[in-house]
Amino acid sequence: MTFFETIKKFDPEDIEKSIGKMSFVEVKRALAKNKLNELDLMALLSTAAQDHLEEMAQKARSLTVQYFGRTVSLYAPLYISNHCINECIYCGFNRSHTITRKLLTHEEIEREARFLNAQGIRHILLLTGEAHKITPLEMLSDVIKLLRKYFPSVSIEVYPMDTEDYRILKKAGVDGITVYQEVYDTSIYDKVHPAGRKKNYKYRLETPERAAKAGLRYINIGTLFGLAPVRSEAFLCALHAKYLENRYLDTEISLSIPRIRNIPGGYSPDFLLSDRLFVQILLAYRLFLPRSGITVSTRETSDFRDNLLNLGVTRFSAGSHTEVGGYTEDEQSVPQFEISDSRSVEEIVRVIREKGLQPIFKDWEDISQ
Amino acid sequence: MESGLILGGKSFTNRLFTGTGKFRSKKLISKMLEASGSEMITIALRRVDLTSKEENILEYIPDNVTLLPNTSGARTAGEAVRIANIAREAGCGNFIKIEIITDMKYLMPDNEETLNATRLLAEDGFIVLPYINPDLPLAKKLEEAGAAAIMPLGSAIGSNRGIRTRELIEILIDCCSVPIIVDAGIGKPSHAAAAMEMGADAVLVNTAISAAHDPVRMGEAFSYAVKAGRMAFLAKLTEESKEANASSPLTGFLR
Repeated sequence: MTFFETIKKFDPEDIEKSIGKMSFVEVKRALAKNKLNELDLMALLSTAAQDHLEEMAQKARSLTVQYFGRTVSLYAPLYISNHCINECIYCGFNRSHTITRKLLTHEEIEREARFLNAQGIRHILLLTGEAHKITPLEMLSDVIKLLRKYFPSVSIEVYPMDTEDYRILKKAGVDGITVYQEVYDTSIYDKVHPAGRKKNYKYRLETPERAAKAGLRYINIGTLFGLAPVRSEAFLCALHAKYLENRYLDTEISLSIPRIRNIPGGYSPDFLLSDRLFVQILLAYRLFLPRSGITVSTRETSDFRDNLLNLGVTRFSAGSHTEVGGYTEDEQSVPQFEISDSRSVEEIVRVIREKGLQPIFKDWEDISQ
Repeated sequence: MESGLILGGKSFTNRLFTGTGKFRSKKLISKMLEASGSEMITIALRRVDLTSKEENILEYIPDNVTLLPNTSGARTAGEAVRIANIAREAGCGNFIKIEIITDMKYLMPDNEETLNATRLLAEDGFIVLPYINPDLPLAKKLEEAGAAAIMPLGSAIGSNRGIRTRELIEILIDCCSVPIIVDAGIGKPSHAAAAMEMGADAVLVNTAISAAHDPVRMGEAFSYAVKAGRMAFLAKLTEESKEANASSPLTGFLR
């Protein structure tokens, strides 16, 4: 069964109801188990589990130490274009927004790369909006080759592609992708994506699989919290990760927990994800998927991020800018989202060490050639 | 006094091999090596950053400890060979632990690709230590291909579940002529001691040391366990029996 078929079986409203019915008995049962099933996941996402956060946290921490050690990997995002054909109502790059659009030249990209490399960054996430004419495959391929001179690992968060395209980018040196479904609830997905290629739910849902089939070794998925009821979204996203993990054994699957913050253009989310529930979801992900990576970006405030470090986070962005040319350009463009942790790489490294963890800058070596 | 374990022409007195992964600070690696006396340490080439002095893990390993670079990240024999060559060029020596993993969930080694990589690397002059799922026919082929030792897993990497593959490893110990080094799954010193009592030539322990609350002391604890287990093996353990066996036999007076 494909994951699209699985999703069709679930009605998000029913999921919310089932999660709502979970009691502390189910939560206790889930906490006592080593291998959790879908019902256990529901229990851990329920309001009944709120009273057991500390127990969940202790277990999450020891699982993380066992599988990932006392380490946190670091990466930085690099935006090269904010041109976009989509109209995602929650995004700063929405084509109907009258913001200054910018595409970095090779020289500018290289300047950004040199800057990040000097900060110690070795893993990079290359980002663009979705604009096939402005950032076509060939151009991305060239940029990736350029970036590989500075970074042993380059991941992309651009736009969904066919398997063949991913193969081309893999050859150029990409080893991972980040692609968020944004929202798993199909009817809300349709509403918040009024136009553009992104309207195709199924094509987006199956993007991680096309990347896995092309041999990319690292895939990061997520749902953008704020657009739909939170618990059912977390549930479906975790199932998606599990599905990918079981089907593509040679691919590392990881999860992000992005939530909508202040976005230029003023979108205010219908379903706020509180700090408490954020932590509960993170812990539920860790307990349900002990081997999956969990990424936290600088969307979150520095205090909150620091406290998450001992709860199961395995990957941290550092010294981030979400504007095109944000690291070295004088004239700054509008960011995709406001960052809440503007500390330098050095400062973040210091905090990680203080928490008793080793920051890992490099965790990959080019073996593709 | 027994002579040391010989691998690639080098003699190792301490039969506890360690790893560099998962420590909360790289500085702890040198302290752990000192406390445990471990003479060989494995290191994932993917984590070596030669461009940064502070971040270069090699700076934290004293010269008297032999490096065992591993091919973590490789999914095919070809990739393992490439990693081995990069490691050698980077000055990590001739030892190589082949680790080819195509399953990110249980991290099981791909025996077939491992055999192919062993052939290629042994031919190229590397001292090859393949990490495998314990399997006798494969182990014999690895010997023939030039493996310097064989590293069967006790249980899944990082699982701390102990020697779950005991009977299969015993077969390797019985039938192989190259040293058997139990790698992966050893979660506590008693597991390491058990492996050595079985007759393993050495053990490799990473997570159980590096993720411990006090990795330095844990390294030392493992070192004692490995020595005790080895000594017990050499002293020839008595057989286990379900029934009691009087330590002063009743028929002892008969001559």
